Amino acid sequence: MHCVETRELNLWYADFQALINVSCRIKHGLITALIGPSGCGKTTLLRCFNRMNERFGYVRTTGEVRIMDQNIYSPDVSLIELRKTVGMVFQRPNPLPLSIYDNVLFGLRIHSEPGTLSRAAEAEAVEKALREVFLWDTVKDSLKNKATALQLEQQQKLCIARLLPLTPEVLLMDEPCSALDAEGTEAVEDMLAALRERYTIVIVTHNMAQARRISDECVFMLNGELIEHDVTSTVFVTPGDKRTEEYIEGRYG
Amino acid sequence: MPTKFDADLGILKEKQLKMGALAEQMIRGISAVVVDREEQLLDGVAASEEQMDVLQNEIDEETVRLIAVHTPVAGDLRLLIVITRLNAEIERIGDQVMNIAFYAKTLLKEDPLDGLAGISELGRRAREMLAKGLDAFTHQSGDLARSVIGTDDEVDQLHDQLFRELMRRAIGDAAVVSRVLELILIARAFERIADHAVSIAEDVIYCVEGKDIRHVDDPGPGEPT
Repeated sequence: MHCVETRELNLWYADFQALINVSCRIKHGLITALIGPSGCGKTTLLRCFNRMNERFGYVRTTGEVRIMDQNIYSPDVSLIELRKTVGMVFQRPNPLPLSIYDNVLFGLRIHSEPGTLSRAAEAEAVEKALREVFLWDTVKDSLKNKATALQLEQQQKLCIARLLPLTPEVLLMDEPCSALDAEGTEAVEDMLAALRERYTIVIVTHNMAQARRISDECVFMLNGELIEHDVTSTVFVTPGDKRTEEYIEGRYG
Repeated sequence: MPTKFDADLGILKEKQLKMGALAEQMIRGISAVVVDREEQLLDGVAASEEQMDVLQNEIDEETVRLIAVHTPVAGDLRLLIVITRLNAEIERIGDQVMNIAFYAKTLLKEDPLDGLAGISELGRRAREMLAKGLDAFTHQSGDLARSVIGTDDEVDQLHDQLFRELMRRAIGDAAVVSRVLELILIARAFERIADHAVSIAEDVIYCVEGKDIRHVDDPGPGEPT
């Protein structure tokens, strides 16, 4: 099943065309990596999936982006609902200056009517989310501690946990491990592997070893175009396009 | 701009081709021993076999080093995988030549037999197939590799025919039985060399095109260039 789809998507930052006729279909239950050299459009594409790009006033798009077969640019689509369905984590973990407990509940509380969430329901939501990101056993006795006191990879896991009570379908990750050391990266990658079947995970990474390790499929982009999209082992053993081959072999540029 | 990795790959490829050239020389030499009774060539064949053993170890060690250090992907990965396979195939060809040498020594102790044209032809075909397979590797040519695979059936038929002829001779004349038996074994060894050349060609197709055509009846037309 294709959860995230683009059809002839074009995007301009003012006069600069950052995405050129990008059509892709990203499957649910897999980790799809967006790879390519700096400036190829992979982060721009990622940001189309939850309409983050329109926060910049000078962005113009044509074409379609469909999440769960709905065109997300349709006027009857609620941006708030979209951003619950499609969660995002960024390069630098950004825990709020609150306790671990309040961080996890932040989104859920904002999106719920006042008084509708019981203490028990909240506690359950916190435990469930923290278990999913493999943090529960580490932090269960220190939920009142400040989230900013956690180690970096734990903060990143917390940022993912923060999305989960809103029951997203899609998790977008913009180089989620580039601020982490090797151990932290391994911890986050193990967690992503466990999350994979329940969500559509799209991860932008410039780390090709990471793309090889954790992704099921890879999308290779170059100069705003989608060059190749295939099963990861195929991309890295028998890529179809010469440009993909040159990039992944390290002969590009 | 070529990198250190490119340079190392180039050196490794050259070494593999050098090993292949040694195998070709060995086949040529042993054919002359069997057909023309040039016994003095046996020492040269044995010396080449020793050189091949050294090269095989060096090539395998370097291949592992390059994989560990560079974690290659795509064409580079396939090239290194195929080099390990070629290494093994060429070494086996060397072993088959040494088997022929063993049978030939017995043969040479007895009076010459006539009618060795079939053996000569088989030896020539096997050497040519190997040469073409190695050329295919040098030029990274799927087409050249396919042409090697295409001649396999012919060589098998040639071998079958030769086998039947030799059996008829053995049955018809008791005096030649032991010599004919050696020739049958020698013919078998040349046929095995041809099989190894086919494996080399299949490996080259994998290297160039990423297609594994082993155990596939029709290797297909190849990619347009």
